[in-house]
Amino acid sequence: MKTEFDNKNKFLFVYLSGEIDHHSAIDIRMEIDKKISQLKPKKLILDYSDITFMDSSGIGLIMGRHRLMQSIAGETEVTNVPPKMYKVVKLSGIEKIGKVSVKQR
Amino acid sequence: MKVTNSMRTIVDSRSVNEGFARVTVSTFASQLDPTVEELSDIKTAVSEAVTNCIVHAYREKSGKIYISTDILDDSIVRIKIRDRGCGIDDIQQAMEPLYSSLGGERAGLGFAVMESFMDKIKVRSTPGKGTTVTLQKKINGKYNHD
Ligand SMILES: Nc1ncnc2c1ncn2[C@@H]1O[C@H](COP(=O)(O)OP(=O)(O)OP(=O)(O)O)[C@@H](O)[C@H]1O
Ligand SMILES: [Mg+2]
Repeated sequence: MKTEFDNKNKFLFVYLSGEIDHHSAIDIRMEIDKKISQLKPKKLILDYSDITFMDSSGIGLIMGRHRLMQSIAGETEVTNVPPKMYKVVKLSGIEKIGKVSVKQR
Repeated sequence: MKVTNSMRTIVDSRSVNEGFARVTVSTFASQLDPTVEELSDIKTAVSEAVTNCIVHAYREKSGKIYISTDILDDSIVRIKIRDRGCGIDDIQQAMEPLYSSLGGERAGLGFAVMESFMDKIKVRSTPGKGTTVTLQKKINGKYNHD
């Protein structure tokens, strides 16, 4: 599990990998939030390409970052969600409730 | 329905055991030759139930999580996840999608995931004593094309 970052013109790309559950989400969250407060991006792009498992903690992670981005007037996007993981995303309805845009892989 | 095979696991309520629990149960269920999707559904549902024991039932305390998996006739897997934690006062409210007593990083989706990824869910709880979540799913599997 390694999280990689790429910052381009105030767009913060976060490449997540491995499994997102309550256990792993704690460290991932701290890493991302540190970057957000350092860089104050206009847009946060969470790339789920290499996620192999996620439960509702993966949704909590998105919602929490979305709230943090809103507090600095930024946007959040989730991209490349693999089909297996998209099932949880769809169930959560985050695409409808928030201003989070979700792209399937 | 007859139990044809069973497995018991007891783990401490430490978050590092979430991965162990879902892999153990899904590996045991693999004898029914589930599809990749069925296996992923089981893993996700077990992860939700076990996480709830750690995050809610025992909160700051620690305790044991009792997991039993039964294989029943007719390719059915039944998983019981039990804790001796705080219990749930209002089960109906707890099971409502997006309801969470904690908020913050919790989406309130655990029960919704268990309900939609499994065929059946039963929740029994006594405040102050603990909670048992029973999950059941029929495995149609890789070799059954009906
Ligand atoms: N084993 C348990 N013991 C005590 N309370 C529980 C237990 N499981 C669930 N609950 C209660 O039911 C509520 C709903 O659970 P659910 O899993 O649906 O959402 P959550 O855990 O709050 O959020 P998420 O699962 O999305 O991280 C919890 O907020 C908690 O109050
Ligand atoms: Mg939960």
